[in-house]
Parts: sequence; structure tokens; C-alpha cells
Amino acid sequence: MCTTCGCGTDQVQLNGENLHCHERDNTGEHHYHAHGPGASTSRMVRIERDILSKNNRYANDNREYLAKNAIFMLNLVSSPGSGKTTLLIETIKALQHSLSIAVIEGDQQTDQDAARIRATGVPALQINTGKGCHLDAHMVRHAMQQLNLQNNSLLFVENVGNLVCPAGFDLGEAHKVVILSVTEGEDKPLKYPDIFHAADLMLLNKCDLLPYLSFDVERVIEYARRINPALQIIQISAAQGTGMHGWIEWIKAGQLSVRTDKTERVAALPLHSSD
Amino acid sequence: MHELSLVENMLQIIEDAAAEQGFAQVKTIWMEVGQLSCVEKNALRFCFSVVVDGTIVQHAKLEIIDVAGSAWCEHCHCEVAISARYDTCPECGAYTTKVIRGEEIRIKELEVE
Repeated sequence: MCTTCGCGTDQVQLNGENLHCHERDNTGEHHYHAHGPGASTSRMVRIERDILSKNNRYANDNREYLAKNAIFMLNLVSSPGSGKTTLLIETIKALQHSLSIAVIEGDQQTDQDAARIRATGVPALQINTGKGCHLDAHMVRHAMQQLNLQNNSLLFVENVGNLVCPAGFDLGEAHKVVILSVTEGEDKPLKYPDIFHAADLMLLNKCDLLPYLSFDVERVIEYARRINPALQIIQISAAQGTGMHGWIEWIKAGQLSVRTDKTERVAALPLHSSD
Repeated sequence: MHELSLVENMLQIIEDAAAEQGFAQVKTIWMEVGQLSCVEKNALRFCFSVVVDGTIVQHAKLEIIDVAGSAWCEHCHCEVAISARYDTCPECGAYTTKVIRGEEIRIKELEVE
């Protein structure tokens, strides 16, 4: 079984269809066998390879594809129940008339989230990771190929609800956005530092509930910036709409920057004269 | 349990190396795991024992080399030892931000036959 790319496993599904192996045989058989004792001598082989190098290669391919087509991809990470899907729906409603949007949903089971997204009229593809605890760059690449993405568009990836594992897996996104709801503890950034370190933006969600809670906003901001001093933070309530303007403008600016980058890259290409 | 994915990746890197360099069995794997990496060593060993059955590393010993964390202190302009991302500089007490070492998850070397 391979939970990294889904190849050779019946656990990972894209919109309910199994992912199939295409790089490595999935028979479960391996072609190297131990031979009789005494016949061989030991030797050392230097490897010096990062365990995540394969994922990172796929992530770089994704990033290159996204840059070429001016697609702004955000990887939304949080614990389960932080309000990611509601946030996504409200974000789509605010942007879908000005930008083309697609969504990749990651969950262990069910396509309920993708169905909620599709109800807004935006294409959404569900990845079911089976027993896997995170999305990786290879799964996302498969999903991107199936989504028929538009140039100059937005692509949201809603990662599996998990504050631990998605931190280590680059998907090729422009930014990781971590969502923390005020119904969770202020100390989440200290307890799960990797994900707050990996993110560029933190959305503090469900802020409409603050009057009913003892959640200390200043403290959570201080904790988060201990881990990541450059972390941008926006306080929002996706359900009530407060603070959403700042988030929407942040996305628009990000989309514009990938479009500008692309224009500049094209402008920098050497001109070939016709003679 | 992303350690399972990491072990799968590790196995694939080793199988690729076996195909390139023509070895049939791995006796020892030396792996560097940084103190600040997203790896829990016990979980890694457990996943390793689950995944290796019937593979080229079935009888291999997994040697984990701990890599201590270090970061650059912007105030002191020097490298300082840290054991977690939110550690402060032992000299000036500022929160250190630029991790220099300790995020590695690498296969360093194999003993093969």
C-alpha cells in the first residue's frame, strides 16, 4: 500500500474512482530477493536523499504548471471543524463573478464537502485518502489534470482536517493558509508549531463567538508569531461575513501577482524575428 | 500517521538505488532525522516494521541518526541550539526564527550486499 501517492492501493479515490498505479508495479511483488548466505559481501552505498524528494518533485511540477497558467493555488489547512468548508463557500460566493474558481477537497471518506462546494456552481473534485492523513503533491496533480483548470484562475485545496501531517507535504501551492477557530485553544500554535511555521496566512475564524468565550485573541497572535514572525493574520467570521473583505482582497492581490508574474515572464522571452 | 508515507517513500528511494547500483539486499539503513522535523521516531520504526515485509529491506536494521536543531539568532548574529521551533535564543532570549539544522529527514547511507 502506498498512502503517499495512492498508487497500488484501493484506498485513495478521486471522485469515487480508484487511482491506479502507473510508475511502479502494483502487484505487491518486489524484484529483489535475498540470496544464499556466504555468497555476497557487504558494501556501503551513499544515498544522501531527502525522503520527501519525490513529493517535492511533484510539487515543483505543479508549481511550474500553475505559474505557466497564472493559477493562484491556496492550500487550506486546519483541524477538523474549524469552518474550512463554510469559509470556502462564502469565499466562492464573493469571488465567483469576477474569477474562475475550482476546488480540490481532501477527506478520508465521503464526498459531502465536494457536494457542498458544487452546489455553489463551482467545479470541485473530491480526493478520498482512505487511511491517509494528508494530501500529497501527486494526488493533487491527478486532481488538477481532471479539473480542466482555466488560465488566470483560483484553485483552492481543502486539505484533510489535521494540524500535523499536512505541514510536511508541499503541494505546489502559492501559500498555505491555516485556519484556527476561536472555539479551539489559544495554545494551538505552540502545540502544533510545524503547520503555523509552514503557513503564510492565519485566518482566525468564528470571531462572532468571542463574546461567549474566554478566548484571548492577543495571546493567540503572540503565540503564532513566536513560531512564525512573518505570519499574516486576519480575524474573520465566515458564517457572519465579518472580516471577509480583508481575506477576499488578499486573494485578489495574490491572483493579480501570479498574473503579473506570468506577463513579465512572457515579456522577457526573446522575440524571434520572421527572417 | 504520515510516517507510513515517509517509510513508503524511503522504500522507493532504496528500490530505485538497488536497480541503479545492482544490490539485492540491504543490511543497514542510516537515516538522519532532525529534531525539528515532522517525524516521530517511534512511529517511524513501527511503520518501518509494518512496511518492509517481503521487500529488499526486510532484514535491514534501521539506524536513526539524531540531528540537533539549530537556528540563527537575528539579534546575536550567531547560530544557537534550539530543541523546538518556539525556543528562545539562550543568549538574548529572543525568539529564533531561521532554522539552520534539524528539519532533515534523509537517507544517508546503506550497507548492502
